[in-house]
Amino acid sequence: MIVIRNARILGGEPRDILIANGLISEIGAGLGGDTVIEADGLIALPGLVDLHTHLREPGREDAETVETGTRAAAMGGFTAVHAMANTSPVADTAGVVEQVWRRGQEAGHCDVHPVGAVTSGLEGKHLAELGAMADSQARVRVFSDDGKCVSDAVLMRRALEYVKAFDGVVAQHAQEPRLTEGAQLNEGEVSGRLGLTGWPAVAEEAIIARDCLLAAHVGSRLHVCHVSTAGSVEIIRWAKSKGWNVTAEVTPHHLLLTDSCAEASPVGPYNPIYKVNPPLRTQEDVTALREALADGTIDCVATDHAPHPVEDKETEWAAAAMGMIGLETALSVVQEAMVETGLLDWAGVADRMSVRPARIGRLAGQGLPLEPGSPANITLYDPAVRTPVDPTAMVSRSRNTPYEGLTLPGRVVATLLRGRPTVLDGKLV
Amino acid sequence: MKHLISAGDLSRDEALLILDTAEELARVSERSIKKLPTLRGRTVVNLFFEDSTRTRISFEAAAKRLSADVINFSAKGSSVSKGESLKDTALTLEAMGADAVVIRHGASGAPHRLANWVRGSVLNAGDGTHEHPTQALLDAFSMRQRLGRLDGLKVAIVGDILHSRVARSNVLLLSTLGAEVTLVAPPTLLPVSVERWPCQVSYDLDAVLPKADVVMMLRVQLERMNAAYFPSAREYSRRYGLDRDRFAKLHDDAIVMHPGPMNRGMEISAEVADSPRSTIVEQVGNGVTVRMAALYLLIGGENQ
Amino acid sequence: MLEGPDIHRALTRIAHEILERTRGASDVVLLGIPTRGATLAHRLAERVAQFEGVKVPVGSIDITMYRDDLRLGPARPLGKTDVPAGGVDGKTVVLVDDVLFSGRTVRAALDALNDLGRPKAVQLATLVDRGHRELPIRADYVGKNLPTAKSEKVKVLLSEIDGRDAVELLRNENEGAGK
Repeated sequence: MIVIRNARILGGEPRDILIANGLISEIGAGLGGDTVIEADGLIALPGLVDLHTHLREPGREDAETVETGTRAAAMGGFTAVHAMANTSPVADTAGVVEQVWRRGQEAGHCDVHPVGAVTSGLEGKHLAELGAMADSQARVRVFSDDGKCVSDAVLMRRALEYVKAFDGVVAQHAQEPRLTEGAQLNEGEVSGRLGLTGWPAVAEEAIIARDCLLAAHVGSRLHVCHVSTAGSVEIIRWAKSKGWNVTAEVTPHHLLLTDSCAEASPVGPYNPIYKVNPPLRTQEDVTALREALADGTIDCVATDHAPHPVEDKETEWAAAAMGMIGLETALSVVQEAMVETGLLDWAGVADRMSVRPARIGRLAGQGLPLEPGSPANITLYDPAVRTPVDPTAMVSRSRNTPYEGLTLPGRVVATLLRGRPTVLDGKLV
Repeated sequence: MKHLISAGDLSRDEALLILDTAEELARVSERSIKKLPTLRGRTVVNLFFEDSTRTRISFEAAAKRLSADVINFSAKGSSVSKGESLKDTALTLEAMGADAVVIRHGASGAPHRLANWVRGSVLNAGDGTHEHPTQALLDAFSMRQRLGRLDGLKVAIVGDILHSRVARSNVLLLSTLGAEVTLVAPPTLLPVSVERWPCQVSYDLDAVLPKADVVMMLRVQLERMNAAYFPSAREYSRRYGLDRDRFAKLHDDAIVMHPGPMNRGMEISAEVADSPRSTIVEQVGNGVTVRMAALYLLIGGENQ
Repeated sequence: MLEGPDIHRALTRIAHEILERTRGASDVVLLGIPTRGATLAHRLAERVAQFEGVKVPVGSIDITMYRDDLRLGPARPLGKTDVPAGGVDGKTVVLVDDVLFSGRTVRAALDALNDLGRPKAVQLATLVDRGHRELPIRADYVGKNLPTAKSEKVKVLLSEIDGRDAVELLRNENEGAGK
């Protein structure tokens, strides 16, 4: 029996949380247990759920593994992550998704839910065996060709229709390929000045608009990955107003950083640490994304944690890999962008980082309210500290954080997965 | 000045110092002994990842006239083409003790990255579609030489602005020096936010020509046509080429420039290119003196 | 240390000496070392013309690119090099500087001159010789010998540039900063 003492559940008054057999058994005052976790001043959130994580295994174990990636997840307060399908081999068969799922079980730092590829080999030509992945031990419900867009309208329609059979969802990486050939940075003032090939907002928005219409037409669920533009927000808001079954995520970095980082930053101009897909956009986009997350137009925060080895980032901009790590800093960035600005309270944070992503991913045991009977998936978070981001202190195998040089608020003190601490005192257990 | 990477980094005074220094150095090119001992014992590395014999030779001549040791490092056939990274190449140069690295690279921003990894001065000899500051300096030098001033000069830059490092550097430098720049191009060859640049924009060459003191024609690459930036070479030439009829619209003192290499008959007719009001040949000679000035001012003084 | 009339007299004397030593200055070219040496060269040329009606070619020779102390400071702006049309080949070049100190400037000027051509002879005129030579160099024409401490700085002011003529001696903590 573990008791967490004086935790502020969703930022409320201090309470004790008693945990037995992996479940929350009681919430009250003056509770006793064999093991005590002092949580004075700490906020208790339901364990965070990430809909969008790149664990890189199999294939790029030099960048990340299931083991190291889930450690990073636990350190960031996550109790479940969705492992993206763009591995090598691609997670497009029951065999590969089960392997990833099993590796997650062995690692034990958090639940690992593999995302299945929509098309074989992410090639955008033939549907992968979606049903076989859904029926596998991994029980895949989220399908995505993330990194590549399912740009063929017929193929996208078929995928949306097909996953209805097992209550799946297609998570679209919205990027019109022809409009983004060779694209490097958000098309705008900064890309024009830097002479980097522009990545227009419309390339994202056109696909989102099309997919919303397709999802409505076939009556299926669509999830939009990493929404990055104000225009995308408008389209999703419109689709939701129609009652269509569309959900969307935003990454922490799109809530905080802009394309101006490529021009001026603590780490110098043209530093590809800021190169990411979709690209960092403008301040207007950041403002719109924050508002959309606050009003629920965007359902959740997803990290798009994308580890890359040093040599893939210490290059000229055009040659660098796209992506940034984000598991260990996600909650801090959300506090900075959403809580400190008054846009979300801690209940809102719990909703956008745990409840809704669990619901979109159809995870039964995650994202549940912190009340007796719920699985004890709990994140204890100290919002009062502010610390400079130190890439070398991170547990991810990669170091490509865009926040070096920034001071961010908050620190995950403990993470519990079904009552078992995976992180205590800010350290891995 | 530690590096010369962007024309936008130059203040008015710094830009004028380079031009004034070049003006003095131009006399050296007229003497029988064209060499100065100034950079004796200094090493200048020409690091060229793109073929550009003209620019490389110009920098090489500039460095040699200042008595620097020149190492030419061409990416072709070297370890770079075997996959060595820019950073590893930089560390190699660092070990050679390069005082200045002149870099030409296909990727925008490569000189900025290089500057993180070498102690010496970095001179941008053209990076992707970003900048080519010494070209802008030699263009400004040539304009001042011909027309006697830069302040208030009306300069039209015509052609593929979107992909032109020459245009970017010229807009930044010329606006710093008080010239009024108008970019002329079909809308497809202008960056989306060009209205925020310190210059005017026009789609109509014929309307701009009568007011221009300088017309700078940019090279149009035919692969742009294949990427549907414009329908055909013929249509481009008809709308944006500088032929005899358009040339006649210029006022009598106006000059015609081209950074080279030219597509004669495409963006500029042979007749115009070879006219006495074309500065195209003297631009080449001015390139050497301006690059001498830049090298001297960057590495002629104390080690920074 | 020197006032306007002193400078005037010194230059007049040097002009006479040049005429005398070069037998009428018929093949003389005066090359001043910028900035003040160039001004002095022009003044000397005027006097020579006054005294004998000889029009001596006069110009300037910038030594910046030949200095041996370039690496001791930031890159300096260049002065003007202006060689008279007849060139220097076969001529008697009289280098003109304001202050002769270590001799390093003159050494640089000799190198610069060497790249311009082959004079028959090179002579040196200076308004002030303040001693402390570091090279085997001496002046052929001296306006005034001024004993100084090495730490002091000698400043020559000329009306064309500074609005008045004077030579001033400044105490300077900065060892060796003067000319």
